[in-house]
Amino acid sequence: MKEPVIDVTPAAVGNEVRQMKDAGWRLVGLSGAMVDDEQIDILYHFDKDLTLSHFRLRAPRTAPLPSISAVYSAAFLGENELQDLFAVRFENLVPDFKRTLYLEEEITTIPFATNVKAAEKKT
Amino acid sequence: MFDALVTRARVKSPWVLHFDCGSCNGCDIETLACLTPMYDIERFGMINVGNPKHADVLLVTGTVNHRNKKVLQALYEEMPDPKVVIAIGACGLSGGVFRDAYNVVGGVDRVIPVDVYVPGCPARPEAIIDGVVAALGKLRQKAVPTAAGAGGNGRFHPRMKATGSS
Amino acid sequence: MARTVIPFGPQHPVLPEPIHLKLVVEDEIVQEAIPALGYVHRGLEMLAQKRDFHQMVQVVERICGICSMIHSLCYCQGIEEMMGIEVPRRARLLRTLWSELHRSHSHLLWLGLFADSFGFESLFMQLWRIRERILDLNEATAGNRVIVSVNVIGGVRAEISEEQQRWILGEMAGFERDMNRIRSTLLEDYTVKSRTVGKGVLTREMAYELGAAGPVLRGSGIAQDMRQLGYAAYGDLDFEPVVEAAGDAYARCKVRFGEVMQSIRLVRQILGELAKETDPALAAKVKGRPEGEVVCRVEQPRGECLYYLKGSGKPQLDRVRVRTPTFANVPPLLAMLPGVELADVPVLVLSIDPCISCTER
Repeated sequence: MKEPVIDVTPAAVGNEVRQMKDAGWRLVGLSGAMVDDEQIDILYHFDKDLTLSHFRLRAPRTAPLPSISAVYSAAFLGENELQDLFAVRFENLVPDFKRTLYLEEEITTIPFATNVKAAEKKT
Repeated sequence: MFDALVTRARVKSPWVLHFDCGSCNGCDIETLACLTPMYDIERFGMINVGNPKHADVLLVTGTVNHRNKKVLQALYEEMPDPKVVIAIGACGLSGGVFRDAYNVVGGVDRVIPVDVYVPGCPARPEAIIDGVVAALGKLRQKAVPTAAGAGGNGRFHPRMKATGSS
Repeated sequence: MARTVIPFGPQHPVLPEPIHLKLVVEDEIVQEAIPALGYVHRGLEMLAQKRDFHQMVQVVERICGICSMIHSLCYCQGIEEMMGIEVPRRARLLRTLWSELHRSHSHLLWLGLFADSFGFESLFMQLWRIRERILDLNEATAGNRVIVSVNVIGGVRAEISEEQQRWILGEMAGFERDMNRIRSTLLEDYTVKSRTVGKGVLTREMAYELGAAGPVLRGSGIAQDMRQLGYAAYGDLDFEPVVEAAGDAYARCKVRFGEVMQSIRLVRQILGELAKETDPALAAKVKGRPEGEVVCRVEQPRGECLYYLKGSGKPQLDRVRVRTPTFANVPPLLAMLPGVELADVPVLVLSIDPCISCTER
């Protein structure tokens, strides 16, 4: 990518995102991509006066991640979408659709990690 | 006599319900375009309604997915008999370009019986109107199963005697 | 005070597409709106792993039938950036031309549906009658009315002949005349104003914080338009984003009307540039396979659209991620609904120009 990409850790993402917001950046969206079978990349795209900047959060798919919906409330849709497509978990996500934003409850395959079943996520 | 009147009214002025299943909007806007002055489907007496309980014809665009198949089923069951279903566009027929996607069940006929298939990606308004007119023949056939000329070109003449009961 | 939950959608007369909102209502006043999506979710992003990167052009075109050309434009630009392909200028101008035609047909479609949402049916019919002019242009130049499918990686696949260019110019004059004739009804009529002015106000700060995009953002006074990035041939054209300050449904309507008129001016500029362009090349050769990551943005009729593409030298891309404008405009919609009357909900839902098949893909 030609734009700057800043690597962040799950522990620091909340703070870093808040700093971006205080500096006047607009959250454009969240993207997810599998790196390998276990690791997931979550990209946070920010925009300010037509320039882009990205955060890259690389983490294991199974561990719960902090939600940024408390900082940017609009992030709830993107985070719910990631929960649907990758079956990652975001903590303190409001509102939380619990993996049913797009998919029906009876669907247990995870679209982007087809070798894993989502049954254990139904708690 | 009264039955014949009802049948005639139904075939001459079918009320249409449109439901978008999982279409890309291409077929939807073409279906809506049928209602507008250029194509003007109302010259066949058709009115677009929002309530399935008033509808005779169900126009379905797009593929069926796991969530909207329940809605589609419910809409179909709420419609009074006799009713016909028209599947519009490549996606409504078989799934189209989306057939390999994980959340796609397939064509409309996987969920409810379909009477008329209108191909195209997106289907042209002319094709949709043609499909609806063909569906009227089916509607008449369903309303009057034993009538002479049923299943023909869908045209209905007042002197055609409706002999069966619906 | 009776508190009730009223379901809105998925099948609703004003909505061409299924979206479901649970409206918590207290005496006709909406207190809260909870969305339920997924009625159009197909899983198109996943198809990238089954189709090669050339075939994906046809798939992304069908994310949304209304802005299909601009979806494939964004995708192709992303791939071209990844592979370092230089697109001929003629192809860039033609892409810009088709995307402006798409923008004006999409806005006319929306203006019509918007009029229909408050029951002004004759205005809906008039706007859609005008829209047929654009569809005729699409059909004559590309072969299909809605999904024009002109983009290929490296350029475009169709040329617009000089005769067609003259015809487009003539059509634009008629189009502009029609729009000017309808302007007073659309923007000054009592019926329209009474249902839209002051409804669903989104302040400048709210719009920015909630990440609104496109006409919703510009209707709240923020002059941001991705076309200012100068992608395709927009860098050579002269235009200013259309901005309104009020932030209500009427302002969003005005922005879209202004953008239709802007599109007409842009089409004229493009045709002028095309006449000067001497190089007849339409598409560059594509060699190799895409590798790397790229983020690409374009301005769709509904707003800013972002593609994230990731390839690893295979014919199939690893990831195609689409952040569509309506996806960004759902949180602002949920923010503007509390406090409005139930009867205004359809108008406000339409005022963000919802494209559900984009949102859910």
